[in-house]
Amino acid sequence: MSEKQKDFIRIRGVSKLFGDFVAVDNVNLDIGRGELFSILGGSGCGKSTLLRIMAGFETPTAGTIEIDGVDITHLPPYERPVNMMFQSYAIFPHMTVEDNIAYGLRKDRVARPEVTARVDDVINLVKLGEFRKRKPEQLSGGQRQRVALARALIKRPKVLLLDEPLAALDKKLREHTQFELMAIQDQLGVTFIVVTHDQEEAMTLSSRIAVMEKGCFLQVGEPKEIYEYPTSRFVADFIGTINMFEGTVTQLGDETIIVNSAEAGTNLHALGDHAVEVGQHVCIAVRPEKIFISRDEPENADDIKVRGVVDDLGYFGNLSLYRVRLSSGKVIQVSSQNRQRSAKRFVEWEDEIWVSWRPRSAVVLRD
Amino acid sequence: MAAVKQRDWWERVTIAVPYLWLLVFFLLPFAIILKISLADPVIAQPPFTPTFDEQGSLSITADNFLFLLTDKLYAVTYLKSIVMATAATILCLALGFPMAFGIARSAPSTRGVLLLLIILPFWISFLLRVYAWMGLLNNYGVINNMLIWLGVIDQPVRLLYTDFAIFIGLTYSYLPFMVLPLYATLERMDIDLIEAAQDLGASRTEAFWDVTWPLARAGVIAGCLLVFIPAMGEYVVPYLLGGPESLLIGRVLFDEFFVNRDWPLASAVTIMLLLLLVAPIVFMQRNQAREIDAQQ
Amino acid sequence: MKKQSRLIISILVFGYAFLYIPLISVVFYSFNDSKLATVWGGFSTRWYGELFRNEQILDALFLSLRIAASSATLATIFGTMAGLILVRFGRFRGRALFSGMITSPLVMPEVITGLSLLLLFVSMQQLFGWPGQRGFATITIAHTTFAMAYVAVIVRSRLTAMDESLEEAAMDLGCRPLRVVFDITLPLIAPAMISGWLLAFTLSLDDLVIASFVSGPGSSTLPMYIFSKVKLGVTPDINALASLIILVVSVTLLIAWIVTRKTQPRASS
Repeated sequence: MSEKQKDFIRIRGVSKLFGDFVAVDNVNLDIGRGELFSILGGSGCGKSTLLRIMAGFETPTAGTIEIDGVDITHLPPYERPVNMMFQSYAIFPHMTVEDNIAYGLRKDRVARPEVTARVDDVINLVKLGEFRKRKPEQLSGGQRQRVALARALIKRPKVLLLDEPLAALDKKLREHTQFELMAIQDQLGVTFIVVTHDQEEAMTLSSRIAVMEKGCFLQVGEPKEIYEYPTSRFVADFIGTINMFEGTVTQLGDETIIVNSAEAGTNLHALGDHAVEVGQHVCIAVRPEKIFISRDEPENADDIKVRGVVDDLGYFGNLSLYRVRLSSGKVIQVSSQNRQRSAKRFVEWEDEIWVSWRPRSAVVLRD
Repeated sequence: MAAVKQRDWWERVTIAVPYLWLLVFFLLPFAIILKISLADPVIAQPPFTPTFDEQGSLSITADNFLFLLTDKLYAVTYLKSIVMATAATILCLALGFPMAFGIARSAPSTRGVLLLLIILPFWISFLLRVYAWMGLLNNYGVINNMLIWLGVIDQPVRLLYTDFAIFIGLTYSYLPFMVLPLYATLERMDIDLIEAAQDLGASRTEAFWDVTWPLARAGVIAGCLLVFIPAMGEYVVPYLLGGPESLLIGRVLFDEFFVNRDWPLASAVTIMLLLLLVAPIVFMQRNQAREIDAQQ
Repeated sequence: MKKQSRLIISILVFGYAFLYIPLISVVFYSFNDSKLATVWGGFSTRWYGELFRNEQILDALFLSLRIAASSATLATIFGTMAGLILVRFGRFRGRALFSGMITSPLVMPEVITGLSLLLLFVSMQQLFGWPGQRGFATITIAHTTFAMAYVAVIVRSRLTAMDESLEEAAMDLGCRPLRVVFDITLPLIAPAMISGWLLAFTLSLDDLVIASFVSGPGSSTLPMYIFSKVKLGVTPDINALASLIILVVSVTLLIAWIVTRKTQPRASS
């Protein structure tokens, strides 16, 4: 067993049908030991079904799942080395915090002194010491979340499944808890699989992300890879904000391609790391923060430069957002860091400005 | 005590009307029963001695209660009523819990129909539902005919006018009272809880006893009391389905009053029955109040 | 949705069979030509015809309907008042006693309610000569008393579920408290009042024991008439009557169910 066992979890050809509806469509995936892996997608994309298949609440229509070399596809939930943290937390309302947490060990007939010791450990880990005798209704949302986490962790599962672990918390608490969750995962080295619809949450938490849509994985990769090099419009659009320019390939260079785009009103250069042909319809995508805004024409000759008018602007403290109407009529988003403190904005509504970006900041999307 | 807020005239009227009605037609009658239970029976109109005699001095007697407590027949009757009501409650629970569970877990489209089918008998005359069993349990009734046709028996078995018939009749009549409150609690229960228990290593059976059962407690209590309390005083079922020897309190009370015209003794029987039921009734109201709090 | 276990399904089937086989057998035998109710003598509808020529039954039915309508109306008025008091009036002197009195009739065995009310009526008659004749009035009073408890429970749960801010909004807009009750509260709890009335009506039609206690000679309600006949055993004309009642109740309930399903689609999961 190597430290970096890449196929700790092996999902092979897993499908799930509910009647005619295909919830999960022939999914293949390897997850390494100790990873914090996120499955990201909108509601109804099949991510929760996949999680429930791993937990053993649903049987896949086809395919197998192995954990640490053992096929668990047909094991009932109570015999799997997997535990789950439910979105609703599912804390037993008639038991105290302590009894909730100890439940899993008691079901395994673990000796009493060991139960006590392990409950102590895990309660300290999630910092619930003073609440151990309380009933769930006396806890806040954040505390309930910790109980659910502690209860799922105490059996030292090989894999911990987390269904929207932070969705029920308010924004401030969510950010705080995110880092705590990462710290605990790091400390215990347990493999975490998180299901979430929140792309920001997935970006910060995960070592890798799978973006799911209509029962399929569209892209699997590290957060940075998914953000900077999306392979499809869906992924590009789903993760963060992105400006897309429709166009046709007119020229292929060594490293770059040139795309004629009516929406941009100019020829666009981009790094051509995709196999494209002249005349093919593609889309050039640029993130708002990769675009610069200036009053005067930018000097760098390689940059793509387009003229526009400030349609709307918003101040968000750390950054400013601009909606710029290009001469073609297309409206794009641009964001810039507010590095300097000043009461005066350097552009105003209806100002004529230039937007520009480096060719290598843009992504070519074929589908 | 906190100052009671000054009320408008219409608020006073709204409180006063139902309040007075209940005082006169609900509470006062119990005082009268108590009074009569302490009198002696006489052959007169009304057939009991006044609480105050001609000299105006108090004339009460505990004879009726002493008689009830010492007479073996009454002890047996009370005991039998308790046994019957308990047995019917247990059978209702054994049948009603899985039914309520099944209804609560069924698809939403069928759930409505299943519930309607539970409620429907409740709207059909109680008397007629008990009557229906007379036709089934009769010596020449459906069940006997069926058993003879199947060759299980060759002579009709006496089913009607037995304790067994009372037991079936009580269970049949009060089953909906068990299913409905159980359904209400089971339907509210989060299915995630059961899955969480299984995820933590509990088998289906263990998950049921660890999670489902304790969380359904309020419904179980409500259902059991809704069956037990009225079953204790049931009159129609023992009269129509039970034999002449199957004496339950409800029937004894009725006969004592109308047939023997011993009003004081009938009143004493009532007071004893009430005493037996006070604990469950109070328990019931507490349980209900908690349920209402829990919903708010 | 999870698949049901086989055990649960078989218990469900058994339970529903248990509930419905007696009713079905009554309907079946109501078409029996034989005078012996349990021996099949061919198909006939003659018992239905006899039913409508039986004046005793018709009289009893008419009395029962009159009592049911009046007691249901009174019970709805008092029960609604009681529900309002308990949910919206806050504290008042004797509230605990009141809430005890309003819920007790729900679980009180009928023999106790019946006997206690009869003794009350007898004492009242001795003291000031009313009620001289026991019948319509006494049964109506008795039925009102226990049915108002049911109405109060229904109204109360509807009121607790209702958003109090609606009433506060009306008051904020200048409505005086009594007007609020008539303009806002009552219209909103009207469905609960209607189902309360229907329940009270059915309970009254259904009651045998209490009516037997508090009625006098000469006034028999329908259940009392039926009881006097079935005491002696199964009779074919009662089978026919029972079948008619089952039909009426089923059709009414089915219509009510369809209507409520149409008017509040997917109100709650």
